[in-house]
Amino acid sequence: MSDLTKSGGPRPGQGHFLADPDETPLQATDTLSANSEPSSLWQDAWRSLRKNPIFLISALMILFVLFVAFFPGVFTSEDPNYCVLSRSPLNKGTPPVITGYHPWGFDIQGCDVLARAVYGAKASVTVGVGTTILVVLVGGVVGALAGFYGGWFDSILSRITDIFFALPLILGAIIVLQLYKGSESVWRVVVVLALFGWPQIARITRGAVISVKGADFITASTALGATRFKSLVRHVVPNSLAPVIVTATVSLGIYIVSEATLSFLGLGLPQNLQSWGAQISSAQSAIRTAPMMLFYPSAALAITVLSFILLGDAVREALDPKARKR
Amino acid sequence: MTIFQTDPVGAEPTGFDPVERRSNHGLDLNKPLLEIKNLDVSFVANEGLVPAVRGANLVIYPGQTVAIVGESGSGKSTTAHAIIDLLPGSGKITGGEILFEGKKISGASKKEIIALRGSSIGLVPQDPMTNLNPVWRIGFQVAEALKANGISRGKMASKRAVELLAEAGLPDAERRARQFPHEFSGGMRQRALIAIGLAARPKLLIADEPTSALDVTVQQQILSHLDELTDQLGIAVLLITHDLGLAAERAEHLVVMYKGQVVESGPAREILRNPQHPYTQRLVASAPSLASRRLQSASTSKVDVAAKQERVENVIVAENLTKVFKIRGAGPGRGSDFKAVDDVSFRLPRGTTTAIVGESGSGKSTVAQMVLRLLEPTEGRVLYEGSDIAPLKGKALMALRRQVQPIFQNPYGSIDPLFSIYRTIEEPLRLHGIGDKASRVRRVKELLEKVSLPSSAMQRFPNELSGGQRQRVAIARALALEPEVIICDEAVSALDVLVQAQVLELLNNLQTELGLSYLFITHDLAVVRQIADYVLVMKDGRLVEQASTDSVFDNPQQEYTRKLLDAIPGAHIELGR
Repeated sequence: MSDLTKSGGPRPGQGHFLADPDETPLQATDTLSANSEPSSLWQDAWRSLRKNPIFLISALMILFVLFVAFFPGVFTSEDPNYCVLSRSPLNKGTPPVITGYHPWGFDIQGCDVLARAVYGAKASVTVGVGTTILVVLVGGVVGALAGFYGGWFDSILSRITDIFFALPLILGAIIVLQLYKGSESVWRVVVVLALFGWPQIARITRGAVISVKGADFITASTALGATRFKSLVRHVVPNSLAPVIVTATVSLGIYIVSEATLSFLGLGLPQNLQSWGAQISSAQSAIRTAPMMLFYPSAALAITVLSFILLGDAVREALDPKARKR
Repeated sequence: MTIFQTDPVGAEPTGFDPVERRSNHGLDLNKPLLEIKNLDVSFVANEGLVPAVRGANLVIYPGQTVAIVGESGSGKSTTAHAIIDLLPGSGKITGGEILFEGKKISGASKKEIIALRGSSIGLVPQDPMTNLNPVWRIGFQVAEALKANGISRGKMASKRAVELLAEAGLPDAERRARQFPHEFSGGMRQRALIAIGLAARPKLLIADEPTSALDVTVQQQILSHLDELTDQLGIAVLLITHDLGLAAERAEHLVVMYKGQVVESGPAREILRNPQHPYTQRLVASAPSLASRRLQSASTSKVDVAAKQERVENVIVAENLTKVFKIRGAGPGRGSDFKAVDDVSFRLPRGTTTAIVGESGSGKSTVAQMVLRLLEPTEGRVLYEGSDIAPLKGKALMALRRQVQPIFQNPYGSIDPLFSIYRTIEEPLRLHGIGDKASRVRRVKELLEKVSLPSSAMQRFPNELSGGQRQRVAIARALALEPEVIICDEAVSALDVLVQAQVLELLNNLQTELGLSYLFITHDLAVVRQIADYVLVMKDGRLVEQASTDSVFDNPQQEYTRKLLDAIPGAHIELGR
């Protein structure tokens, strides 16, 4: 560089220094350390999930809700449909002789609140899980095909998705359920919610597929002789699953809320089925005299939905490569 | 002089002339500008403190260029970042000290460090693509550096920014200053970053791999310009690089780091001529820019090239390949055509290596994709073993896929992260229905052995492997079907020098052992010399020169080829061997 520095030998501190080769042993270039556990993306995610208290709490809560849904008899021996009007908190006459265990009291119809809340879990869980599965199947397939094949195929599918996306979930469901009254069942609600819910998953899947399909390993598998469809199934779909799982977990809570909203409006589940939404609806008229009647089903609903949303959040953190240390 | 007592290196100042000199900054040229003494840097991890740098020593005098050389993970960038306290949150200095102009700056307060940054010590970061803010104009970002250091503000700063950009070698700086980063090429962005680094006229400029993301010709231009500029301004440069040839060409003092330790340091030429530490010896031996011969294998020698060309059948013949891409315009029907490849013809003789060399955008990868039949040529055809590959379908296409295999540039992208190494290498066998499960396991083990990976690697996942190891897995996968031809698309460009040498040697041995033919796409002429028998030089989609490797290197016919050859860092250094 500068002429000044070129004259003479090395300057103080810049002579030829050699570290003791014994203290700086030379290792073979690029060796593979043999003593660590193999870890795939999913194993890594599981390891980080196991240590996440939010995941543990929300997973326990969800397991509890599932248990309640499938074994309601463990928590109450009352029949939720056995109602005696005289037991209603609005009854100002002589109090009836009450037998059995009713810790949460009775609603205006004189039904056991605990029994109704316990039996209501099943409807909520069925609608939430059922809708999510249907939405992931429909939205996932549409999104994956649109994203992977692209071109006019993508354009058509995406526009259809957009049309459905523009329809509000609850409003759309109200209109459809209003049109086809009479054949009430849990599955009707599931199908209607899925009808308006799939575009979200389709969009997420499409985006994920587009970002994965450009990866070199997809080109590599084509060059190895895999057909387009095989590449899609073996490489693209598994690599785009993470964001879909996260969205699906979060929206599961939203479907439970939607079911409750529809039941609240009297449009959701058939009358003979217990539902938190219907319970909240019937409780609102007596909110001043019997506020706890409203509180119990609302709390059950809120805790269930919160658990799913927290779970989704924890899963996202575990699957997000940016949030991971490696 | 107290320097001698505190001198951690303990060198004899032979022939040193202690005459008082002053630099442009009015600094005493005989007093070290920067001294790093026994520096220890550690990172806080789950397992506790993980040392990244151990006992590093370094001295820089005013106006001098000093280079730290090492592979990725050697601690060279960590050392540099420790100087201006840019270590990531989990990193901290755990021992030793850093002196700047005789004043201790390690452990200085935030305020003191901020005062130092920019105005006394400038930084040119590594990746020009991500280090400029995409939403601000270039001129604004240079002016920001001036304002932050209190040099000038307002209109004055904008005017000065234009001057600085011009000084950094940006043509038409006035107009360029009003543009956004996305309107700049990589080289231009790096020039803008240099302008920012030099804006406040620091006494020391830290250049962290300033050109490793750029083409060789651009790299040479930029480094030469930086050299000139810092020389003129009397600014000392700490150059961080993995390229020994580049370091030796640009710096007078070299510091070689390995696994967080300084293993050897001294005058650049002396280290190159007489490397003492085994690691330095290994580095010198495998630096591609310094190597002058093709790797030894049983393939052609210079004499019988002509004879062999007649005798040996050509595995692949490309005839007048042309590829035109449609570029989407502002509206329908307003798109334009872009000729990525223009009338390229070549032959790949069996058992040899043909390299396609060119800068980014020269169309070399497009040629590779057409040979692999991943892209349809607009015109022309590719013949494999004498027959056109374009009409192949179904079984015949599968047969071609078995014979022609690719290895891609990015070892982090070319392997499915969800597949274990076993599934990755087994995939081609499964796709082509070869063998049963037991025989596939045996074959995968065999292939791993061929690429010198232990068979225990089978259960591993790609994220546990280094870049070089992944590339070896990719090679094993490519070999699984016993192909005739392997297309290496920048297959070693992303690897460290030593790992690169290792992979090249592996490829070369496999060629001898299995009689493979390689089509080797690269931008690095230094690598070409080690592996290729024939060279095709591409520029803007056209073939500008094609000849045997030796004749290209000894007697380049085209101006462009000469320019590429000149740009190889360290090519002009005589090692005296």
